[in-house]
Amino acid sequence: MGPELRSWKEPHRLVLLAIGIGIIVFAAVNMRWDWLPRYSWRLVEGVGTTLWLLVLTSVLGFLLAVPLGLAQAAGPWWLSGPARMFCTVIRGTPLLLQLWLLYYGLGSLFAQYPEIRESWAWPYLRSAWPYGVLALTLSFAGYEGEVMRGAFAGVPKGELEAARAYGMSPWTSFRRVWLPRAIHRALPTLAGETVLQLKATPLVATITVVDVYAIISRVRQDTYLTYEPLLLLALIYMMLTGVLVLAFRWLEGKVPVKGG
Amino acid sequence: MIDWIANLASWELLALNPPGWGGVLLKGLAVSLQVAVGGYLVGFVIGVAGATGKLYGGPVLRDILDVYTTLVRAVPELVLILLLYYAGTDALNQLMMLIGAGPVDISGLVAGIFVIGVVQGAYQTEVLRGAFKAVPHGQIEAARAYGMSSMQVLRRITLPGMLPHAVPGLANLWLIATKDTALLAVVGVAELTLVTRQAGGTTKSYFLFFMAAGLLYLTVTLISNVAIRRIERHARRGMPAVR
Repeated sequence: MGPELRSWKEPHRLVLLAIGIGIIVFAAVNMRWDWLPRYSWRLVEGVGTTLWLLVLTSVLGFLLAVPLGLAQAAGPWWLSGPARMFCTVIRGTPLLLQLWLLYYGLGSLFAQYPEIRESWAWPYLRSAWPYGVLALTLSFAGYEGEVMRGAFAGVPKGELEAARAYGMSPWTSFRRVWLPRAIHRALPTLAGETVLQLKATPLVATITVVDVYAIISRVRQDTYLTYEPLLLLALIYMMLTGVLVLAFRWLEGKVPVKGG
Repeated sequence: MIDWIANLASWELLALNPPGWGGVLLKGLAVSLQVAVGGYLVGFVIGVAGATGKLYGGPVLRDILDVYTTLVRAVPELVLILLLYYAGTDALNQLMMLIGAGPVDISGLVAGIFVIGVVQGAYQTEVLRGAFKAVPHGQIEAARAYGMSSMQVLRRITLPGMLPHAVPGLANLWLIATKDTALLAVVGVAELTLVTRQAGGTTKSYFLFFMAAGLLYLTVTLISNVAIRRIERHARRGMPAVR
């Protein structure tokens, strides 16, 4: 939508709206939706899994992105080099490939060792979701790490010098000035990155994690329908994206943007 | 651990000719690159048309384009690829039936280019629209005042003026296009990621093959980065350096 909010009441808008409603009514009447009640609860659970994956991997990824960005912006070469390489590799290869490398590669590797197979961790290592969480977390960290590098580097030198002049120790000035200012600068990108992360989550269905995409795949297999489940899925993701965007807009309104 | 390293180091699996899988991987890479280049170009055509429509089109066209870009950017690429893949092949077959020809078998390559193109088109529309708008209006008015025709204004002022603003976004979208081709593995297009999994599944050397494929993707990205830097330097010549 453009920056200027145009009115819904313009005549051409009403016609377009009517056409849109017409398409929806046509789809509701002429397409097959009798499977929906049978799967509704599982769909809700699938959405829950998707959201849970999104929140967990975004938070973990962001926590990982802070040291990655700091290492690249101010670390010695033996820290900044690996950090930069990590971000380059993550951003330079498809997430699907990373996911399959972890799941099939690591998974088949772990299975070779009886010590691992008999350990307490095996039930987790045998299931798919830890690999999905790991891949999505690393991916988020790789992209956001690059953003945090720029954010750390962009905090004005004068603010850090002022902190030192106040007699703050390096750790205190990091905690009170550098980190909060860097996060503040990175905030606007966070909304976009989180939407991208949401759109990356269905990939985990390819390694048998049961998110909302996997449920829809089940529906397609069971009912031999192609379009109805996929259209519903697109609608679900659209609503989730919309909620995310609104939530971030609300959040950004809460954070004062003075001198950002 | 030792047998894993031995397994990892069974390099003969990467030989170009069977029983090695190196040739298969390279062929997969070629398919990926073809889809990426084709999809990117289709996306560029849609992007130019879309940006023009958004800036100069009537209210109805603008709203329809808004719906297109918003929808595509709000739905996961994986879901879009499935929808467009089935819908696109279905629609084409129905069209063929209408004109009396039999159903055609659309190659995964063509379908992939179409799908990536539609997705890229939405993003490129937004990038190009932003770049168009970044050209100061006074420059265009000055060009008109000099008596330039609208084609001349486009060629001499608008295009060179928007280029430095369009290149970073377009470059980023090219990198996304190369990686989005991997999603076509889900609909069975024999591109790099899918043939890699097949190679891994047949030989059980998943690590080796996924690492090799990762290196191939990374090489594409790094070579692209070098080219992008050159293009960017050319587009920004005469402008103050960034950072």
